[in-house]
Amino acid sequence: MNSDTAKSFVKFEKIDKSYDGEVLVVKNLNLDIAKGEFVTMLGPSGSGKTTTLMMLAGFETPTNGEIFLDGMPISKIPPYEREIGMVFQNYALFPHMTVQENLAFPLEVRKMSKEETKTKVQKALDMVELGEFGTRFPAQLSGGQQQRVALARALVFEPRLVLMDEPLGALDKNLREQMQYEIKHIHDRIGITVVYVTHDQSEALTMSNRIAVFNDGLVQQLSTPDILYEKPENSFVAQFIGENNRMTGTIKSMDNNYCSVDLDNGAGTVKALKVNVGGTGDKTQLSVRPERVSLGSEGNGENVFTGKVEELIYLGDHIRVRLDVCGNNEFIVKVPNEGSFNYSEGDSIKLNWNPDDIRALDLPN
Amino acid sequence: MPIGDMLLRSVDDSQINTVFPNTFKEYEKWDKEKDELPPEEVFKSLFEELAYGEKVQVGRALTRMNYSKSGWKSLIKKTSRAIKKAVKKNEFPDSYKDFLITTNENWADPTFWYAMGQMLNNQTPIYYYNAIDMTYDQDQNVVRQEENRRVYVQTWIKTFKVSVYVTFFCLILGFPVAHLLANLPLRYSNLLMIFVLLPFWTSLLVRTTAWIVMLQQQGVINGVLVWMGILNDDGRLSMVYNETGTLIAMTQILLPFMILPLYSVMRVIPKSHMRAAQNLGAKPAMAFWKVYLPQTIPGMSAGGLLVFVLAIGYFITPELVGGKDGKLIGSWIAYHLKTTLNWGLCAALGAILLGVMLVFYWLYNKIVGIDNIKLG
Repeated sequence: MNSDTAKSFVKFEKIDKSYDGEVLVVKNLNLDIAKGEFVTMLGPSGSGKTTTLMMLAGFETPTNGEIFLDGMPISKIPPYEREIGMVFQNYALFPHMTVQENLAFPLEVRKMSKEETKTKVQKALDMVELGEFGTRFPAQLSGGQQQRVALARALVFEPRLVLMDEPLGALDKNLREQMQYEIKHIHDRIGITVVYVTHDQSEALTMSNRIAVFNDGLVQQLSTPDILYEKPENSFVAQFIGENNRMTGTIKSMDNNYCSVDLDNGAGTVKALKVNVGGTGDKTQLSVRPERVSLGSEGNGENVFTGKVEELIYLGDHIRVRLDVCGNNEFIVKVPNEGSFNYSEGDSIKLNWNPDDIRALDLPN
Repeated sequence: MPIGDMLLRSVDDSQINTVFPNTFKEYEKWDKEKDELPPEEVFKSLFEELAYGEKVQVGRALTRMNYSKSGWKSLIKKTSRAIKKAVKKNEFPDSYKDFLITTNENWADPTFWYAMGQMLNNQTPIYYYNAIDMTYDQDQNVVRQEENRRVYVQTWIKTFKVSVYVTFFCLILGFPVAHLLANLPLRYSNLLMIFVLLPFWTSLLVRTTAWIVMLQQQGVINGVLVWMGILNDDGRLSMVYNETGTLIAMTQILLPFMILPLYSVMRVIPKSHMRAAQNLGAKPAMAFWKVYLPQTIPGMSAGGLLVFVLAIGYFITPELVGGKDGKLIGSWIAYHLKTTLNWGLCAALGAILLGVMLVFYWLYNKIVGIDNIKLG
């Protein structure tokens, strides 16, 4: 889905948000979300992603700018009239009501008939495979079941949009992964627009159509998962999403696509893809993914270095090799386990990577 | 143990039997249909037991006898003096009956002898009857007290009325305060908490007398109202030494006992619940009513029960600010404990209080469920 061509369903326009009038927690946010899209706001805590979500839900007001939903400005509309469903961090299920009563609540306040309420509640419960649990109280359900009830409650009144604020944060790893797929499938099935907030990058990569990476109140990059991973535009995104090996250096020369970088510790010169750099003589941070480095060969002769194996970690499907390369002893290489790996700790080893795979980015602050 | 002792004491009537064992034994032989007065043997053993009885024991017995019919005390005292004089001179009368009747003509009055009949047993429900304004008539039937001696029933009613009102006002006033405490930013809520707890660190007496200063006719509140011209000088409100004073002072003093349990319950209700309710389409008032309020029930019931229990047995404050018609049952207990030394009646009043509390507790458990209570 492409935001440029699709008509935007949710639109953040030049949003600033400050709680104390001095520090901006969200700075000049512009974001378009198309109908039916699953957009994730990803970032460390304090990056402004939850604030953004709360502004959309109506619990916070933007200091500047306007939010549009389906073409209408919504800043003046109170939360209870926005018709936006939300799954809260700790589910916020009402403990004094049964599961059915929880689900019926949004329908009752809309004065829906008893019959209709009953059918809709049952349908929503069946959707999350909790048809049998309607008469239980939330405290009698497991964490995963509570999560599903919260999801069903956010969907049962057929909102225009569903927001999710780290809904899986309280679950254990297996359940979290299972729920990720479940949420994704429900989204695919009913085609509702979802805005999802998380700090877990693998969660974001698994579920989203597009991801907005937040840091320091700014959207660092907004893109599809594959582009974010393969082509991060700045050092924060490269660092936050997936693993990478970092080296800093000074730009010696550059042409249209590539630049040559002298590493800071004098360990050599690297040819890298020019992505987000100043001019010649400026500092830059280089980033290369561990799985893009090949061991034991010289490739086409570019970016060939020698490293010393410091540590081998066997992980089943791949082997994680920690090397001392160019004075950096945290250099990680992932080698697929094809049965042909025969180095041991302390060995010297040749390694190389393609200039297209190492990206010259800005220096992190 | 103390509670058991109290319950025993409320029905205990043995002290008198240890003083007049023979008299009572002879008394039982008296045929009330045939003879107007008891037989000679009763007078004889009474004479002997008064003559040789231990003074302290007799004194206690007298107090007890006076409860069943007033006049006993002076009768026995006078008789006792005459008997001792006679014994000293070694003059034993031929007819003890005549001797006693000449000493004091009340001995010829059968009502005294009927009253003695109430004291024969080691146990008696008399204190319980007294506690609800009942007594025995001369034929041992349970009847209501004479009108001018009825005080307890109306005090009981007043006690419950005041307790219910105090609980209600505490709830009305305590709820918003507890809500603020639980939801204000930390530095404000801490300050507020200090204001809530401050009364705890002040002596109860100081607080109560402060209310007297505030509420009395020449007091602060009346003064301000008159000064502002809202009241004229003859129209000063009487807000103390009556039930109003008791209500105001008790509400203020018991308020923290309502606020604290409420606060501890409200503190753990996640703020996201109100948000979730609004997000689901409920207006704030609706969200409060349907989502927030039901979750505070454990706190309301804990606070309510606590305040009610404390109010029902409250004593110092009503005693000081209550005046004549603000007195509660606790004042009577204290009065009988310290002034009349009628411990049996005290125990009976206390036991009834305890019984009522247990009934309330049971009702509460039936309606709300005791597991729902939450103090923190």
